[in-house]
Amino acid sequence: MALLEVKNLKKSFDKTEVLKGIDLKVNKGDVVSILGPSGSGKTTLLRCINFLEKPDGGKLSFDGKDYDLSGISKSDIAAIRKKTGFVFQGYNLFANKNVLENVTLGLTSARKIPKNEADEKALEVLKKVGMDGYTDYYPSQLSGGQQQRVAIARALATDPSIIYFDEPTSALDPELTSEVLEVMRELADEGMTMIVVTHEMGFAKEVSSHVVFMADGNVVEEGSSADFFDNPKEVRTREFLRLTEH
Amino acid sequence: MFNAQTLELLISSFPKILVYGLKVSVPLALIAFVLSTVIAVFVAMVQYAGVPVVRQICRFYIWIIRGTPLLVQLMVAFYGLPLFGINANPFLVAVIVFSICEGAYSAETMRAAMEAVPAGQLEAGYCVGMSYMQIMWHIILPQAFRTAFPSLFNALISMVKDTSLASSITVVEMFTRTKQIAGQSYNYFPLYIEVAAIYLLFCTVLTFVQKKGERRLGNYGVRK
Repeated sequence: MALLEVKNLKKSFDKTEVLKGIDLKVNKGDVVSILGPSGSGKTTLLRCINFLEKPDGGKLSFDGKDYDLSGISKSDIAAIRKKTGFVFQGYNLFANKNVLENVTLGLTSARKIPKNEADEKALEVLKKVGMDGYTDYYPSQLSGGQQQRVAIARALATDPSIIYFDEPTSALDPELTSEVLEVMRELADEGMTMIVVTHEMGFAKEVSSHVVFMADGNVVEEGSSADFFDNPKEVRTREFLRLTEH
Repeated sequence: MFNAQTLELLISSFPKILVYGLKVSVPLALIAFVLSTVIAVFVAMVQYAGVPVVRQICRFYIWIIRGTPLLVQLMVAFYGLPLFGINANPFLVAVIVFSICEGAYSAETMRAAMEAVPAGQLEAGYCVGMSYMQIMWHIILPQAFRTAFPSLFNALISMVKDTSLASSITVVEMFTRTKQIAGQSYNYFPLYIEVAAIYLLFCTVLTFVQKKGERRLGNYGVRK
């Protein structure tokens, strides 16, 4: 059974239809890359399934429960968010909290976990992303790559069933990009379920198990990453792959 | 004008005036400042969160208070409250009016400071499972307070001086006391200079406290 299944997700901003009925299925352990040109709705899709945008319609199954996306209750949203992690393009670390507090806040505040337990968990995940030596640094004192690794640790700390990555390396230079991708590759190897909106074709090809290609608010093509890259079916996909080849 | 007699008057009146500053003016300003900040945070949050109806009431409150002079507000409260059977002492009336008045201004300061916190901070809070109020408490308000701190302190400094208006509703504070002494001695000018100097002294101390406070609050590692 799928961990997450989206059916006919629709979203408009004013009169512009950004998502025109998206279907998406993610099994436990899948690493799904969402590719597509700018403005195709990739980020909006990710934001809708974590309710940072309000979906206009569609159905969601998550962790064995079914929800109606347009009429979902606040408590259902809160329950789903407690089982998911989100990594932003712009990191969005809490500016007034140091690295350790950034990671523990979701545990101590949202889940009422005692501070010493939360600290222990935070150190464990910070070690995983190689940031355990920076616990008392503030976000403004870190490089973009370091901030993003802390953000990944923050997402990991709550033991989510799935982590959403919204263009996690788009704001980073190539060197910092590779340090973040390395962390994500390790997570994938450990079996973490991930949906990654990305422009990193290398990551999509080598790390992800599945690829979803979007254009103009629709899913144009999807499949295993091997099939997608070696044997694309749609003209639109082939065109995109040709343009992004180096 | 500046003879030995005047000097003697200034020296003998100094502690008499100062004591009313410390006993009445400063407490009035501090209590009203604390209450006004509580009002400001509430009113700012209501607007930030866009709570229907209450939000409109808050806008109305800000409109009324910012559009009328503090002196008039004091008079309205002082003469108006007894008509409703409320006979509060003048000091209490002053505290209430100052709090309500400053609250309206500080509410706008706080609202602007809250809106200046990037939206991503709120989103990140939601994504780690925090509730709206938890995010407010741990993330948005602390950052907004840091931004608003200099402006809020500005308001406090203003308020210390504005307490002199309480003399108009029979509160015997520093300025009233000066008027009384001046009236007895018929030597007005030096005494008003003296009380001005004491206000200046208070505000200088506050300016120093503000500097210390800003340094203490830090800037989350942002180098200036």
